[in-house]
Amino acid sequence: METIKIEVPVMADLFARGEKPEYLFWVGCAGAYDDRYKKVAAAFAKILSYLDVNYAVLGKEESCTGDPARRAGNEMLYQMQALQNIEIFKAYEVQKIITICPHCYNIFKNEYPDLGGVYEVISYVDFLDGLISEGKLQIDPQVFTNVTITYHDPCYLGRANDIYESPRRVLNALSGKMVEMHRNKSFALCCGAGGGQMFKEAEKGDKEVFIERIEDALKTDAKVIATSCPFCMTMMTDGLKYKNREEEIKNYDISELIAQALGI
Amino acid sequence: MTSQIIFAAALLLTFGVFGYTTWRYVKLFQLTKPAFPVRDFGKRISLTLKVALGQSKMFRKPFTGIMHALVFWGFLVILIGSIEMVIDGLFGIERSLKVMGGFYDVVMASGDIFALIVAIAILVFIGRRLFIHVKRFEGIEMKHVSHVDAKIALSIILLLMLTLLGLNTSYVAHQTAINETIHGIFPVSQHLTGLVSGLSPAALHVHHEIHWWAHILLIFFFANLLPYSKHFHVFMSVPNVFLSRLDPLGKLPNMDSITREVKLMMDPATAFAPVEGEAAPERFGVLDADDVTWKNYLDSLACTECGRCTSVCPAAITGKKLSPRKIVMDLRARMREKGKGLLKSGKDFSDNKSLLRDFISEEELWACTTCNACAMECPININHPTLIVDMRRYLVMEEGSAPGELKAVFNNIENNGAPWQYSAEDRMLWAKDLEIKKS
Repeated sequence: METIKIEVPVMADLFARGEKPEYLFWVGCAGAYDDRYKKVAAAFAKILSYLDVNYAVLGKEESCTGDPARRAGNEMLYQMQALQNIEIFKAYEVQKIITICPHCYNIFKNEYPDLGGVYEVISYVDFLDGLISEGKLQIDPQVFTNVTITYHDPCYLGRANDIYESPRRVLNALSGKMVEMHRNKSFALCCGAGGGQMFKEAEKGDKEVFIERIEDALKTDAKVIATSCPFCMTMMTDGLKYKNREEEIKNYDISELIAQALGI
Repeated sequence: MTSQIIFAAALLLTFGVFGYTTWRYVKLFQLTKPAFPVRDFGKRISLTLKVALGQSKMFRKPFTGIMHALVFWGFLVILIGSIEMVIDGLFGIERSLKVMGGFYDVVMASGDIFALIVAIAILVFIGRRLFIHVKRFEGIEMKHVSHVDAKIALSIILLLMLTLLGLNTSYVAHQTAINETIHGIFPVSQHLTGLVSGLSPAALHVHHEIHWWAHILLIFFFANLLPYSKHFHVFMSVPNVFLSRLDPLGKLPNMDSITREVKLMMDPATAFAPVEGEAAPERFGVLDADDVTWKNYLDSLACTECGRCTSVCPAAITGKKLSPRKIVMDLRARMREKGKGLLKSGKDFSDNKSLLRDFISEEELWACTTCNACAMECPININHPTLIVDMRRYLVMEEGSAPGELKAVFNNIENNGAPWQYSAEDRMLWAKDLEIKKS
């Protein structure tokens, strides 16, 4: 084992050298700025480098997809963002986009086509699932053996896009001790952060949604809560803190769990 | 002959009233906006077979799912018998469809069995409403009238089933008494003849007539009551499923009028290009009932207030004001109110009220997480989130109104290309000093 420093390839640099990567890895605003999710972006980039995937990121040229604006009713701002992004994708001849955020995934896959931006959009959970089933990604099942993992479905992979099985296949490959919350898959309860809620105080009520959801997770007695969305991660981690359980129960993103299992 | 004339008059009245009701609704639909072109008939037919006839989404709650499915399938089978009754009544014949032979036996037998099954299911439903506290039947939108509405419909259905069993029983008893052939098979009613034993053939005939007329007149009455009650879903839910939006739940419809404006801003050269398609809309988003699409309005008419949407809504579960069912019911109520005025006084009618604010508060709209649990749960594919976002679109783009934090998010996205106030220069900080271990 040797430690190698990796450089995350940036699209503009590659183009300057006359190279064109196969995949655009769309980091997303959370991956770029949210301290917790930066680690997820890093874990996924490590996996990509470890497997010598031919990819690049946009770096400073990346800009919000427009999702929070759109779902908060600001269609004008969304479309301005979208049309600008589509121009950049055109300039770099982007065809395949991998996202680590379900909201970015949904908007690229389902909504950009209405504005002329048609791409092969791949969620990182599907991408990882594919690599595992092709045998390219071999996970040591010892690392998480006897660790029970539960999975919180993000609305924008699950109900919005019918991605329920691939994250579960990945987690089963990791530990084989996956447990389900009683509300799961299409029945899963939202973490409370979608539709612009991430950025505002919740309306008056008698409970926070993330507390209701963390209670679902705690009932499973799982030691790891796996998430695959930056907003869900913020909410579930907050839930653990609220319940004072963050010492014994950990909230990891699927790509972090894989990076740990690979020992990279 | 007299009875034929009475029957024809009753039928004419039924169709007359129904025709008037239909015409009123057509007028109201003409007030709505376009939604999406209805294409992909193959997909729509298979969706209807699965979701409507197969009741697939009802089974997300297995017990009520199977009870409701039995009632629904029962209705379909019994409907054939009802059509026969109309033919019989008009032409003064008895059991006209017996020409179908063996198939007639099957239809009658299943109708007879289903009459009992439906009656039992309805008794369970009535009992549940009377004695069990079902949380999703409560809520601020569930006024007294909603509960009365439900109980009236259930009682009528129960009466329909009892009269059907009654007419079948007296038919079997009558034919047996006069040694005539029994057309059709009646596995349930043949065991009920004991209840009318001792009656003379003439009395049995009267018995049969009373049940026959009660049953068919009740159907005529019910058919005309439905469009004015929440049980309109008996007619509207199958079309509502057939006309479902076929996009993934996560997709919001694009506002093409905005696309034109944004493209103009980004490329002024196109400013003088001929405008394709329809003219710019009067307003962005939805303020009032006549801003919604025909599909939104159809959704509201098809809703039976079952509350599955609200029971899974994260905002509603945690005590916020939002209830997806209320949004749908409010649209229906507001259209009834404003539609009347619009049809009477024309396009400029105003009662100084609107769907947004007078019916649906901003607090409700801003509580939505767009998680789509409501739309996923709805047994007849009502889509609540698109309507909620359309009202947010009105608030934001017409009034510039939104919670302060969201306005800050808009500013940040516009200025820094991110919902948070960070510089684009910092976008690669996460990638600094990354290392991997490789063997």
